[in-house]
Amino acid sequence: MNTLTLFKVAAVALRVNLLRSILTMLGIIIGVAAVIIMLALGAGARYDVDQQIKSLGGNVFVIFARGRFSGGAREASGSSQGLTEMDALAIEQQIPQVNVAAPTMRASGQLIYGNMNWAPEIHGVDNRIYAAQSWQVVEGRTFSDTELASAARVAVIGQTVKRELFGAGDALGQTVRVNKMPVTIIGVLNGKGQNTQGNDQDDLIFMPLDTVRKRIAGLTLSSPKAVRSIIVQVEDERDMADVEQQMDSLLRQRLRSTDSEPPFRIRNLSEMIATRSETMQIFNGLLAAVASVSLLVGGIGIMNIMLVSVTERTREIGLRMAVGAEPKVIMKQFLIEAVLLCGLGGAIGLALAVAVSLSLQHFAGLTAIIELHVVLMSVGFSCLIGIFFGYYPATKAAGLQPIDALRYE
Amino acid sequence: MTTAVIATLALEKHYQMGGQHLRALKGVDINIAGGEFVAVMGPSGSGKSTFMNLLGCLDSPSLGRILLQGDDVSRLSAAQLARVRNKYIGFVFQQFNLLPRTTALDNVMLPLLYSNTPKHEAIRRATECLQLVGLAQRMDHHPAQLSGGQQQRVAIARALVNQPALLLADEPTGALDSETGLEIMQLFQQLHQQGKTIVLVTHEPDIAAFAGRQLTFRDGELIADKKTQPQNAAVALQQFRQQRLAQVSA
Ligand SMILES: Nc1ncnc2c1ncn2[C@@H]1O[C@H](COP(=O)(O)OP(=O)(O)O)[C@@H](O)[C@H]1O
Ligand SMILES: [Mg+2]
Repeated sequence: MNTLTLFKVAAVALRVNLLRSILTMLGIIIGVAAVIIMLALGAGARYDVDQQIKSLGGNVFVIFARGRFSGGAREASGSSQGLTEMDALAIEQQIPQVNVAAPTMRASGQLIYGNMNWAPEIHGVDNRIYAAQSWQVVEGRTFSDTELASAARVAVIGQTVKRELFGAGDALGQTVRVNKMPVTIIGVLNGKGQNTQGNDQDDLIFMPLDTVRKRIAGLTLSSPKAVRSIIVQVEDERDMADVEQQMDSLLRQRLRSTDSEPPFRIRNLSEMIATRSETMQIFNGLLAAVASVSLLVGGIGIMNIMLVSVTERTREIGLRMAVGAEPKVIMKQFLIEAVLLCGLGGAIGLALAVAVSLSLQHFAGLTAIIELHVVLMSVGFSCLIGIFFGYYPATKAAGLQPIDALRYE
Repeated sequence: MTTAVIATLALEKHYQMGGQHLRALKGVDINIAGGEFVAVMGPSGSGKSTFMNLLGCLDSPSLGRILLQGDDVSRLSAAQLARVRNKYIGFVFQQFNLLPRTTALDNVMLPLLYSNTPKHEAIRRATECLQLVGLAQRMDHHPAQLSGGQQQRVAIARALVNQPALLLADEPTGALDSETGLEIMQLFQQLHQQGKTIVLVTHEPDIAAFAGRQLTFRDGELIADKKTQPQNAAVALQQFRQQRLAQVSA
């Protein structure tokens, strides 16, 4: 009997017990779907990270002032020196490979407009921030030198803030209250959407550094020009290591730090993202491993049902043997049944995974990428499970003696 | 003398049951020539089925030999026995043993599936056999849609489809009423007239009378082997129906 005929015989046998076949397949379906979805989310996250690193150019450093920096006040013991705007300027001017070094300062506060309020990230910046973080002002303008120098009450807002406070209306020229202080909106940023971690990158507001320092943070600082961090963009990615060293020695010299632990910390952004994504990868891998356990359980379910099936069909097996089925043909028949169950389950699981991945992408905004090798592997693997767990029942069927099988009640 | 279709030499079958040794067959010598219609008789437990299973290569003897068309088949592997059954033996069972939820045609084609007969050829031969047993109109019926007699006819068609050298039937009328049993015997006689070699187990002398030769077993031994003038099943069936009519009108 050729293999194609055996496939037909197996398909008929599975159709006769349709409900049972489907229930048996369920374990494999769920297992395969879970594994594929986990791997798809993992691949999607990897893709997002790559994209993000690419969009950052992989050429950005962030220098943080070390120590607790609450409300903009530096409270570290030891060195009284913190990062300042002048450090940013020095980096930009003295290290030739640096494009731009943008000093920034964060604060928290409430925005109030009419009866609405909103709490975005508040960043004190100067006009270097646009180049350093690839922002564009799509409506209005950036800060003027006078505004920057005079701690003017002006702001450039992100798309989310605009949407939340003004809806479709015009934001330019409107006055909002930031911690009770009236601030005029002079510009709106382009939209960047969510980052890898699902954070909204557009939920922010820029104000001149001095405005944030003096009017919002309102704390005594170690220096009137203190900043919390400096964002540094390097011209060429290949110079990153060199620039990091130059910045380290420049800042140590400027801050007169001889400690093994200087009062600043230089972080490579793409490295930071990569580290965070690594944790996520491990987590995803763990979930995929858990999911593959359900595949194992599904396989055991297949074996159970195949054993029941062999017992139920003992007379049929006896008859097939009586009319000329060799033991190996009986064996093949049951193996093919098991493989068909698993292979079909795998295919349905794959379809389910595609559907779930698409809806996760559509409704939850996650990136899910189903790679071809994952598809081939999971369906192939479920067929292997069929062979593995179908082997024992098939051997049992093939080992029956025709007369005993025919007489079986 | 031409070689027998099947011959046994000092055939023995022993069973081991819970430490007890049972000699189910105690040295049976028999020769069945081509074209014979043989009935195997004997009380229950006398070894009839054991003997049939050995003739049909469903089982191997403990001692002695079986020659099928001159070839020794007593010491073959399970796979070799399967091939021999497929090629030379046709079985009819008391319980029909049809595959449920499978059409009559597919049931009849089953042996051909295992001999790798091309599909169109298999359909042609199965259709022929179903016509031969008078079921041309029922080819796509499932066993559950057929009467007992019709099911047994499908089973007979299945036994004939590989044109076996030997047709074996173990109590083929055992699960049928008298009239249907007579109809089936009529079919066997018809097949015999077409030249088939048939061995049929029954414990009813009435049924055995339709064969030309009766073997009688007792306690695993062949105690009688006689040839008789066979009764005509068609006549017996007619008489049976007339009698029943007489009873109804009386
Ligand atoms: N598989 C078996 N195992 C043990 N004993 C068996 C087996 N098959 C048959 N027997 C015994 O062999 C004897 C003959 O059985 P069988 O050939 O079936 O008799 P019959 O068909 O004439 O009624 C009986 O005593 C029966 O119990
Ligand atoms: Mg018997």
